[in-house]
Formats: sequence, C-alpha cells, structure tokens
Amino acid sequence: MDRRNVIKAGLAGLAVAGLPEMAGAAELLRKKGPRVVVIGAGFGGATAAKYVRMWGKNIEVVLIERNAQFVSCPMSNLVLGGSRTLADITLDYKTLKSKYGIKLVQGEVTAIDPEKKRVVMNKNFIHYDRLIVAPGVDFLFGEIGGYDQVATQAKVLHAWKAGPQTVALRKQMEAMPDGGVFVLSIPKAPYRCPPGPYERACQVAHYFKTQKPKSKVIVLDANAEIISKKGLFTKAFADVYGGIVEYRPNNRVMEINLAGMSVKTEFDEIKGDVLNIVPPMRAGNIAKTAGLTTVDERWCGVDFQTYESKALPGIHVIGDATSAAPMPKSGHQANSQAKVCAAAVVALLEGGTVEPLPVFANTCYSYITDTEAVHVANVYRFDAEKKAMIVADGGGVSAAPSAEEGAYARYWAQNIWSDILK
Amino acid sequence: MKLQWMVAPLMALAITPASAEVDQHARLLAASCAACHGTNGNSVGGTAVLAGMDKGLFVKAMTDFRSGARKATVMHRHAKGLTEDEIDKLGDFFAAQKRGR
Repeated sequence: MDRRNVIKAGLAGLAVAGLPEMAGAAELLRKKGPRVVVIGAGFGGATAAKYVRMWGKNIEVVLIERNAQFVSCPMSNLVLGGSRTLADITLDYKTLKSKYGIKLVQGEVTAIDPEKKRVVMNKNFIHYDRLIVAPGVDFLFGEIGGYDQVATQAKVLHAWKAGPQTVALRKQMEAMPDGGVFVLSIPKAPYRCPPGPYERACQVAHYFKTQKPKSKVIVLDANAEIISKKGLFTKAFADVYGGIVEYRPNNRVMEINLAGMSVKTEFDEIKGDVLNIVPPMRAGNIAKTAGLTTVDERWCGVDFQTYESKALPGIHVIGDATSAAPMPKSGHQANSQAKVCAAAVVALLEGGTVEPLPVFANTCYSYITDTEAVHVANVYRFDAEKKAMIVADGGGVSAAPSAEEGAYARYWAQNIWSDILK
Repeated sequence: MKLQWMVAPLMALAITPASAEVDQHARLLAASCAACHGTNGNSVGGTAVLAGMDKGLFVKAMTDFRSGARKATVMHRHAKGLTEDEIDKLGDFFAAQKRGR
C-alpha cells in the first residue's frame, strides 16, 4: 500500500465512523434552506445541478468541481485525428452560475461524512440535505506492471479524460516518424465509453493515412472481441484503414517496459513509438473512499428510480461511476441518469412523487473518418420486477458510416453541451 | 388597462393547478430528447426545434418514424422504443414549451 492509499483508507474509515471536529474546520457556505450538493461537473453532475434548479422550487445547489473548465470526452478523439482542437471541446461554467444560480466551488472533495451530512474539502466542509456524487472514473494503474511509476505515466499516456493528455498524445503522434507504430490498448469491459477505443483507432489511423501512410496502429484488446458497433468497426479497420490498423483481440497488456518502449501481453512483446495504454477503471476515487462502490469493489450500486446509493441513504450516484448495465458508460447516459436523479431528488425534498417508470434514450456517435460517423442508439425502460433498466425495442446501429451522421454527431455535441451547461 | 392588470393575476391563479400537473413521465422523457434537441426542445443547432411544435405534426412525425414511412438515421430507433401513449404525452409537453431561450 503506497502513501496515497494509506491516506485514502484512513479517510474511508473516517467517512464511515463520522469525522471528528477538526481544529479550525470551517463551514463553507452556510446552509439556510434545502440544499443539494453535487460532486463533479461533468456530463452527469453539471446536468443534475442545472435540472435540480430548473425543476425545484427553492432548492439551493452547490456544485463542486476540481477543474476550472469543462472539457468534453465525446469528440476528443477528433483532436487526435486533427479535425478539432482542444479549444473546440472546452466550455465554461459561467451560465450555470448566472442563469441558474448554482453555487460553484472549485476544489477537491476529500471525504464524505454521511452521518453529519456534509462533504469535506480538506479543512472545510459543506452541509447537504441530499448529495449527488458524479465522479466519473479513476484508473487502476497498478493492474499493469510498471504503470504506477511516475516516469512511466509521464511518457505513456491514456488520454481517457479529455484535457492536457489529449493534446500531449497528439503531439506524440506528430513527433512520430512515418513508418512508426502506435500501440493502443483497451482494458476489459466495463470501462468509460465502450466504442471510444475503436473510434480512437480510426482517428489515429485517419491521421496516419493522410499524413504518415507507412505508419501502423496496433490495437491490443483485453476483450474477446470488439465490444461496441463490432460490424462497423471491423469493416472500417479492413476497408478504410486496411494495412494501417491491426486489431488483436484477447490481448491484455500485463506490463509496460518504459526503457524499451514496449508492452507485454500473455503471448508476446510489442514495441511502439507511441504507447497509448488505457488502464482498467473503477468509479472515481471519492466514491471508493466514501464506501459507495458496492459492485466488484469498483462500481456503485444504485436504485434506478432515484439513483440513490445501495450503500448510503441520502447519497445519489450517477454516470460512469454506477454499475448500470445494460446502459453504457456514456456521456448521454450520464446526462439522462442525471435528470431522473434530479427529478427524484426534487420530489424527495419537496414532497412530490418519484417517477415510478423512468424511460430514456442513449445515442452514441463514433467518427470513422474526420467527417463520417456511425451511431448506436437504444431506449432504456425501467422494469419494476427486475428493478433494472432494460433495452426497449427498436435499438441498433447504423448500416454504414455517412457524412449525414457525421453532421448529426456534431449537432448532438452542440445540443448536449448546451443542455448540460447553458 | 387597469382592469387587465387585475384580471391577469386571477387567470394566473386559475391555470396554476394545470401547469403544476405537468406530466412527470413526459417531462422526464422530453428531458432525454434534450441531448439532441436542446433543453425543453429548444435546439441550438442542426436538429428540429420541438418546443412549441404543433402536437399533430409531432405525433405524425414520430408515428411515421416508427412505421418507417419517414426515413431517419436514428429517430426510428427512438420512436420504436416509446409507447403510443408516451408519444402522445410528449406531443402535449413539447407543444406547451416556449420557443427561444
């Protein structure tokens, strides 16, 4: 156990036992009326904050986020492909304050105290009546030999949270010689954004095809097959990027050799000029330390009518951090779950009725080239007997990539970003 | 003029119960459409603006997506996943939304 983990374990113990009063502990933002605190202002958290303000009568909303700006994971593979910049997928939080009166606090939540109903930020705390936790994912670097080293992480990037790593990975691609090898590894499902790695393979290959045609993308997939839009990606790898993308299923990366710039799988060692290793994931750290990860010690079990945690009453969890199959860990899904959660939280605080049968949709677009995209779309419906969201009739994937769907993917991004933040 | 001002609050009172009974199921369903069609159906680009849309047109479009009479990229998938009653209630909900933001 490293030092960080010791601290985390310590905090987890405190969160369960109730935090003792700390000397000089200060209450940030005195609570007057009913208050909802939201941890994390991504696709799920920011949406929940906005919709609690839209649907509630007089509920105060405090939204805590570590980053100053919103950077969208959806569309971020296009930054690698070169058809978008990071600025194109970066938005601010101003409207959430000015139009919806949400109180934004920038910082890191260090613990949750469910007994005193407050979140702790180092020496300060904020009280809540209901808490919505939307921490996204964090990475299990320790599951790949060598990846927990700082030196490795400085050179081997995952770029699975859009931001500085996205730009840094693009720079590595630009610095790569023509004829070089880009190794992309995919962890075992579940992980954030099921079609994301395959879209990334296409975007990196698109750049190579147009700029460095002798280069290769080797995809090492820990899964037995392509786990999303399989037929479409298989065809794209063969037809659009034949000779560039090489896809290898059942290839879990076990170890990174930084000095040799190679990775080991069960079967062999693969060298690369760029190593883009996406680690296995679990719910974001705060969910883990607060004791919310009830499923495989990785994901948060929730009630699908309210998104209230199965472990801690009064605390709701939404988005990628939840164990919510068959729903994918996608931005659209986090956005939809956020609204079901927001409606339930408003009902619980104001004395209304919780919607008994939530229904919502998910549409995930993936870009095959810089302009052509494909979709997977499904409607999910709450099943009262199974107490789960189940797939409704009519779902499915595109017949083929098209520029028309490329345009719709753009409209999706514009509209969902606006729905989350404006 | 003065009379109008006095009448308006009374009318507002009269319509309060109806607007308080916004169909929760439809409101949540409509919220899911927002990812592509904007908050409360006010699209900010590319897709159809559903806010303030005539209910008959909305229901016809969704019914035609469902049957395949109207070609679509993804809308046939969403339309097939909903019940007729849900489409009807969504039609009411979007028709009642104000255009513009």
